[in-house]
Amino acid sequence: MPTPETLQHTPLHDRHVALGARMVPFAGWEMPVQYGGVIPEHRAVRTDAGVFDVSHMGELEVEGPHARELLQAALSNDLDRLATGEAQYTLLTNEAAGIIDDLIVYRTGEHAYLLVVNASNRGPAYDWLKDREIRGSDVRDVSEDCALLAVQGPRALERLGLAPAKPFTFGESSIDGVEVMVNRTGYTGEEGCELLCMSEDAARLWDAVLERGVVPCGLGARDTLRLEVCYPLHGNDIGPETDAISAGLGWACALDKEFEGVDVLRRVKADGPESRLVAFVMEDKAIPRHGMPIEGGGEVTSGSHSPMLEIGIGMGYVPAAQAKPGTELTIDVRGRPRRARVVKKPIYKRED
Amino acid sequence: MAAAESYPEELRYHEEHDWARIEGDEALLGITWFAADSLGELVHFEPPEAGSSVTKDQSYGEVESVKAVSDVIAPLSGEVLEVNRQVVDAPETVNEEPYGNGWLVRIRLTDPGEADALLDASAYRQLLASQ
Repeated sequence: MPTPETLQHTPLHDRHVALGARMVPFAGWEMPVQYGGVIPEHRAVRTDAGVFDVSHMGELEVEGPHARELLQAALSNDLDRLATGEAQYTLLTNEAAGIIDDLIVYRTGEHAYLLVVNASNRGPAYDWLKDREIRGSDVRDVSEDCALLAVQGPRALERLGLAPAKPFTFGESSIDGVEVMVNRTGYTGEEGCELLCMSEDAARLWDAVLERGVVPCGLGARDTLRLEVCYPLHGNDIGPETDAISAGLGWACALDKEFEGVDVLRRVKADGPESRLVAFVMEDKAIPRHGMPIEGGGEVTSGSHSPMLEIGIGMGYVPAAQAKPGTELTIDVRGRPRRARVVKKPIYKRED
Repeated sequence: MAAAESYPEELRYHEEHDWARIEGDEALLGITWFAADSLGELVHFEPPEAGSSVTKDQSYGEVESVKAVSDVIAPLSGEVLEVNRQVVDAPETVNEEPYGNGWLVRIRLTDPGEADALLDASAYRQLLASQ
């Protein structure tokens, strides 16, 4: 583990400390886990608007007349469905169909793409693509130049004065004079956007967002928000040892095109996966946690208390026969058997 | 609302951030403001069963926040007479009133002399300052 002295800081580190955030190590970075508390931050995003500093995430630019060819062969989703100004959730897979990273690819031009990758996978994703560079394609890590703020919640766009737009589209805008790329993407299941700006503008943008009444939120709320809507966390729910079909991410895989590991995925799909990543809610009073065994040969990969439902919720891999919604599971909570029930994803859905 | 930091004079403290309110041969046990603040808002209390025995310096239950789980250490030995159902049903009571309605269990002491080894409020404050 890196010592505190070697942890990296985002351009907003001083802002977080000044706000009294509790700072924790995460993927080599010192990041705010909470400011006022995970639960109020979580609820702010579900009912109004919250902002997360996610500048630790990596940004890779892939450009050139053959950039498309390089990415189409490396990423699971069909890049040809993407017009300039559109974005797509996709997976970077290895030969065995293991997931090197899950990411969002933005088509920024005819021959230009931007990949936003997980902080802990920035190196592996860059190396993987760099090794596969072909003539007419260029992969560059531009993470150091970029800061990223996720502004999420039903009132996020209104508070920022941005017009509504379709999910998974993006455009240029300016907020209090700061040039930003506004991406209609996020990791909370709420409306909102992710604002990409130059590192040197990050503090000005952060201040402008807070001045509009958006609540600063830490990684704690980010985790509970994404779990309620069953977005997988790489390193917990998915990783180089898991495949997309078992993880329920088949929708992000174009099995009719060629990419790394596609044969394995076709086979898993045809045979049916042995285990599946399911969502569950606790029937007994208990909070499931990452790594807890599930009776019958499964394991919890993510677990927490749901601030909206006020019960324990989680995701985990179970044998395919136990994966149907309604199935009762028994989770070993530090030696105590506790009952849970498989539910349809997402676990939390706003009542409209 | 979370309570403001305090360590009442009339309580005895254990270095694992637990308190005891001793009344005759019984005591109420709970966790200190520092423990509750470090964990964040509590969302679960896994209590011992009434009638079970607790042993000084050993875990008798668990408290959990969204992000963390912590054992609760008994400052004194005894038999559990009562579990605070209010905390089982609304664990955030511990953050709101750590020394009042946020008590965790009531025990009958089996060795009242153990209390001599506990810290008073000023010694506990010194312990926190040195950490």
